[in-house]
Amino acid sequence: MDVLKKVPVREQDAKERARNFEEVCYGYNAEEAMAEASRCIGCKNAQCVKGCPVAIDIPGFIDRMKKGEFEEAFQVISQASALPAVCGRVCPQETQCEGKCIRGIKGDPVSIGKLERFAADWARENGIRPVPAAEKNGHKVAVIGSGPSGLTCAGDLAKMGYDVTIFEALHEPGGVLVYGIPEFRLPKEAVVQKEIENVKALGVKIETNVVVGKSVTIDSLLSDEGFDAVFIGSGAGLPKFMGIPGENANGVFSANEYLTRSNLMKSYQEGSNTPIMAGKKVAVVGGGNVAMDAARTALRRGAETHIVYRRSEEELPARVEEVHHAKEEGIIFNLLTNPTEILADENGWVCGMKCVKMELGEPDESGRRRPVVIPDSEFTMEVDVVIMSLGTSPNPLISSTTEGLETNKWKCIVAEEENGQTTKTGVYAGGDAVTGAATVILAMGAGKAAAKGIDDYIQSLG
Amino acid sequence: MYNYIAPYPGTGERTDNNVYNIVKVETLTDSIYLMDVVAPRVAKTCLPGQFVIVRGSEDGERIPLTICDYSREEGTVTIVFQVVGAATEMMKALKVGDSFTDVVGPLGCPSELVNEDIDALKKKKILFVAGGVGAAPVYPQVKWLHENGVGADVIIGGRSRDLIILEEPMKAAAGNLYVTTDDGSYGSKGVVTDEIRKLVDNGNTYDVCIAIGPMIMMKFVCRLTKELGIPTVVSLNPIMVDGTGMCGACRVTVGDEVKFACVDGPEFDGHKVDFDEAIKRQQIYKTAEGRAYLAAKEGATHHGGCGNCGGDK
Repeated sequence: MDVLKKVPVREQDAKERARNFEEVCYGYNAEEAMAEASRCIGCKNAQCVKGCPVAIDIPGFIDRMKKGEFEEAFQVISQASALPAVCGRVCPQETQCEGKCIRGIKGDPVSIGKLERFAADWARENGIRPVPAAEKNGHKVAVIGSGPSGLTCAGDLAKMGYDVTIFEALHEPGGVLVYGIPEFRLPKEAVVQKEIENVKALGVKIETNVVVGKSVTIDSLLSDEGFDAVFIGSGAGLPKFMGIPGENANGVFSANEYLTRSNLMKSYQEGSNTPIMAGKKVAVVGGGNVAMDAARTALRRGAETHIVYRRSEEELPARVEEVHHAKEEGIIFNLLTNPTEILADENGWVCGMKCVKMELGEPDESGRRRPVVIPDSEFTMEVDVVIMSLGTSPNPLISSTTEGLETNKWKCIVAEEENGQTTKTGVYAGGDAVTGAATVILAMGAGKAAAKGIDDYIQSLG
Repeated sequence: MYNYIAPYPGTGERTDNNVYNIVKVETLTDSIYLMDVVAPRVAKTCLPGQFVIVRGSEDGERIPLTICDYSREEGTVTIVFQVVGAATEMMKALKVGDSFTDVVGPLGCPSELVNEDIDALKKKKILFVAGGVGAAPVYPQVKWLHENGVGADVIIGGRSRDLIILEEPMKAAAGNLYVTTDDGSYGSKGVVTDEIRKLVDNGNTYDVCIAIGPMIMMKFVCRLTKELGIPTVVSLNPIMVDGTGMCGACRVTVGDEVKFACVDGPEFDGHKVDFDEAIKRQQIYKTAEGRAYLAAKEGATHHGGCGNCGGDK
């Protein structure tokens, strides 16, 4: 075998999968995993670990994988991560661990993500479960939100002996892992639910249907319900719209709505009670991972699907793998294109979208080249569904009902990066609620840091 | 740290806070039901004007319902729903001792009335206009005013007698109660706007009108009250999924702004609401037109649960 090349991972055929919701990537088998693991040279000063927001001992777990010691490999990962089967699937490894891999200088980096996924899947299939902390320390911590940051923070605190309750606004725990990321990328029952069960096996309680800021407030959790500290991991749930004419026409959806209907409410399944409008020709506006997820969902519902993005391919914020998969499946990319108006028929249904062509000018404050309208380039796309995927911002329900909790101009909660401490004593925050929309693994890193911060805080109370 | 241990049950976890037992069921008309449901967290903090989202079963739709009444002591909320589709059809089969799978809330902003100065309210002439099941969200506001010593006039209207609900409790809480039916089978014959005009023609003056009912009724009430110069508040119930501002399905144009009814409302200045747009948006999964549209576009993908059609239309 050529050590410069990674062991290829098996995937569902692109034509086949464009018509179903089963998982795209099959992952490695034991033999493939061991072969890929053997490509790791086990750097002493491992750069990959520095690229990992939760600092998994990557050479450590890969070393166990080489020898076929999969349970031990899983244990090494689990010391740092509560959701390895999730992260192995959705982390942007190319800019994190794998992006720093020494193997990557001359050839392919080691497929760390696929190895992590294998270890986690193997552990799950072989019934390996975490056990709770031997002794409870008698302190109660409330965690708001059961997404990646909340689950990580809760799991870490439970391991330290805290009595942790997660409050979830929706009827099912998991946050974006359940309502946002589609089944074909992250299976719900087989993977997400099992990882949540693992967190619960540590002793974490999850109360669903609690909207903090409405059903209870942070202050009442602290003063009436006996919690010593609160972690806010409520994510960035508010969808953005463009503010162009026609945006309220029937057939214009936020990616949040479209994906929530499909994923949380399971409208992708035959016989679901929740309707979704599939459309014949769908335009998804935006170029991030969520846009890819929405486009690939629409494609699977049988629509001709377009990604409409105002910059060029190079600036697409989505993971390389997602763009690659989307293209393979037949999504059409209309780059350097920006909508200016949505057209509706006399009954209010979307029948087209006016766009202009763009070109890239000088770099803007984000460092990316600013898209500029090309004069007289207006044209109309014939579409019947438009999905707006322009990013999301934090929900003000908590910040607006909690005195002393500061937010910045983007409505993000202000919190210290190293320990998640907010401007309110005993209240910690992390994940998208603090950073604005980012990735699962960054949210997990923040949840982890906050767990440590909360532990330090409660210890300091004596 | 990790051991092999026996598998444990799934994620379903219930505490005293989220077993939503039904403690009372009342059949108000052939198609309208009232239920008292245990939901301590909601009952503890809810105020008139707010709503809950319920699910009657594990695979049920999320149905938004305005809170009709509540008991802080018993930890219960009262909901009223009309059977209009698969999900509500399923809900009507629930009996005392059964439970809802999910009840979440209180959602939305409380009615503006509850934040006003009581003495100022006492000086105001307030008119409520309730259409059909809209009487349910009107009732807690009238009751709240009554408990605070403020009387208000109330018009309840419906297509026919069997769609007039909550007349007795409303009578007990309202200053004057007027009932209208389109077909004249009960109360005065006519629509609610006829009654408003009659009251005003008879010399009544109102400082504020609160109209809650079908979108089309609210549209016409607002058209009339604008002409009469009576500021009017409406409570919107557009299509929504999560009820916390996440999906944006409930967006509505109010004046120059796009608002989310779930978090910015559900109450808005009725004279600024773009009702024509709101009415169109309600059709997405609802009307024959919409359903035919969906059927033509997608084949048999609409299996009901839109809360409106039963999936068979």
